[in-house]
Amino acid sequence: MIIVKYRFIFLSIAALMVLVSWGTIGYWGLNLGIDFTGGSVLEVSYPASRPDIATVKSALTSINRDDVSVQPLGDDSYLMRAKTISVADKDTIVTAISASGTPATVKRFDSIGPSIGAELGTKALLAIGIVLLLIIAYIAFAFRKVTRPVASWKYGLAAIIALAHDISIPTGLFAYLGHVRGTEVNALFLTALLAILGLSVSDTIVVFDRIRENLQKRVVNNFMDMVGVSLNQTFIRSLNTSLTILVALCSVYFFGGESTKDFALALIVGMAAGTYSSIFIASPLLVLFSGERKKA
Amino acid sequence: MWKSRVLALLILLAGLGVGYFDYSSQHGTSRFTNFPFRLGLDLSGGSHLVYEADTAAISTADIPEAMNALRGVIERRVNLFGVAEPIVQVEGGGLAGEGVRRLIVELPGVTDVNAAVALINKTPNLEFKTERPAGPEKDRITAAWKAAQDKVLAGVPVDQESNPLLKENPNYRDTPLTGRFLKRAQVTFNQNAISPSVSIEFNGEGTKLFADMTKANVGKRIAIYLDGVAISEPTVNEEIRDGRAEISGQFNLDDAKQLTRDLNLGALPVPITLVSTQTIGASLGEDAVTKGVRAGFFGLLAIMIFLIIWYRVPGLLASLALGIYTALVLAIFKLIPVTLTSAGIAGFILSLGIAVDANVLIFERMKEELRSGKELGEAIEDGFKRAWLSIRDSNISSLITAVILFWFGESLIEGFALTFALGVIISLFSAIVVTRVLLRATGIKRSNAVTRFFFSSGIFKQ
Repeated sequence: MIIVKYRFIFLSIAALMVLVSWGTIGYWGLNLGIDFTGGSVLEVSYPASRPDIATVKSALTSINRDDVSVQPLGDDSYLMRAKTISVADKDTIVTAISASGTPATVKRFDSIGPSIGAELGTKALLAIGIVLLLIIAYIAFAFRKVTRPVASWKYGLAAIIALAHDISIPTGLFAYLGHVRGTEVNALFLTALLAILGLSVSDTIVVFDRIRENLQKRVVNNFMDMVGVSLNQTFIRSLNTSLTILVALCSVYFFGGESTKDFALALIVGMAAGTYSSIFIASPLLVLFSGERKKA
Repeated sequence: MWKSRVLALLILLAGLGVGYFDYSSQHGTSRFTNFPFRLGLDLSGGSHLVYEADTAAISTADIPEAMNALRGVIERRVNLFGVAEPIVQVEGGGLAGEGVRRLIVELPGVTDVNAAVALINKTPNLEFKTERPAGPEKDRITAAWKAAQDKVLAGVPVDQESNPLLKENPNYRDTPLTGRFLKRAQVTFNQNAISPSVSIEFNGEGTKLFADMTKANVGKRIAIYLDGVAISEPTVNEEIRDGRAEISGQFNLDDAKQLTRDLNLGALPVPITLVSTQTIGASLGEDAVTKGVRAGFFGLLAIMIFLIIWYRVPGLLASLALGIYTALVLAIFKLIPVTLTSAGIAGFILSLGIAVDANVLIFERMKEELRSGKELGEAIEDGFKRAWLSIRDSNISSLITAVILFWFGESLIEGFALTFALGVIISLFSAIVVTRVLLRATGIKRSNAVTRFFFSSGIFKQ
């Protein structure tokens, strides 16, 4: 089986992708949304005609709110951000920017306290940690009868390494997108990461299941070939399942609302990474863990 | 054979029935209109307010009860707003948020967040004051007031903050008795008066305070202040021990009702501060719904086309099963009801892709069994049997993730987790039970060139 034979190449590609992702995250950092940092966002639209951005900015200056940043959104809206915009401030701002004869309507107004934002961050890390732990525990349990030649907890370990790959890549992409077009990392992005964990591990488990079955049936004698045969048998299924999920996600991306576009993008990239890792990372890692050196 | 065909027919009819329910309950003329989709704030438009409760003054053991009382008070205030299905819930900090208690208020359809905040913060302040006895203190306050009055008459502005004496009332002084000790208030009509009055009843502690106060002030006046304004100054005739009093200001009926309501709603048992507000305009929500439905439709269609092209007859049956799955899930969303958010809709569409995973596993397995030389009927049965372990393990791991996501407690994420988890569970039924019944109903047991073509897969001939 080509995947097992050239496992070092496939593993190296994955390692390279992960390193690049970590590099972008380390270099640009993530553009955290107000879900995490706290702060205020005010989205207004001008149904009649939108004044130019300079008008809006000078209106904000006239009420001493130079701290509010303004950015155009779509054809008729502006997005404004500031550290804090209280409920009362919001009205002052809307009155001020409507003064030039073009009435603005509020489409969205979010103001999130910094304590809540900080809490979401802690919760997120905790949730990801717990999901990983439970998955490793579940795999160790489901594969408890399979101890030779690779201990059952190592199946869990291989799955976790694959998962780390799967969430690194979309996170790296969002660090890059945050830099080039200001894409924010918000609560939905976290949801996407957690969903990727669930989807990717179920993909990996299907391959592992086949290895378990083939081990019991002693299809071939050495572990390396066993993994190769199992991958061969599950390959089409992995691709087809990923394809249907990607089709569904692309539909959300292209036809769905604005608010779920980035969410769908994170899922699409994560799903693609997850499919790669299930086939090219998790199982080859098992071969590595088994310590078999024989060329297939 | 005929048995499985009847069963398949029943399942298809049931699927159609559920689909009809989904469809007709969205239209005004049907009798199912009590089951609309429940839309989350981001879809219906509305306000989401988060308050942080200051529980420092309350002992740890009493916090849950105090928070419940707080929820009750806010709920009654919010109900006055007249919105459909407001949500008021206490959040215990939960995961990683130890100690911090929050109150979440969701007001669908309310985009005027100022009005909502004002309503929630409205606290009627009822005070009882007694006559200030004559003495040097009273003289000093009276003198200060007189001096201030003279100044104002002479056109000189007076800063009330500059002299603490100006904050005192020369005629009355504060007592510990306030609206906090109120048990209930109601509108009463006194035969001797034209205007209605408000009768109040104190709780145990209040009754005692009131008895002491009236005993000490027989023949004197007591002032009842509402929000800093004296509304009634009755004279005490005798000690009142039963904790009942009557406020007979110059009320009209509406005023009396309003006061009664405000008094009953009472002061907040726990002080709260607004820490987060989110308002979504209705137009934004509408757009998200339209686009979500469109995305769902195209997603479903694309998956069905893929299944039919790749898996042919079994793919067609799996598509039917997916149709039944969609109808079932939507019906369950309506019946529970699940609050749909934009993330929830995305979760549902994602679950369409996952729902066919079990089918893909089974069909691939079937193909292997066929290749190993089994007859079609046997291959179908073995395919289902052998694929089960994989299906079970992979779905359990998805469910683990969904449970953790749900536990997260963010309403946005909860919506996703719930639709995702429901999708996983129901897809097990549709992909395994429904598809199997439909496959059996085809009645094909033996392989020949035609069945081999219709039951194999891929774009190319194998």
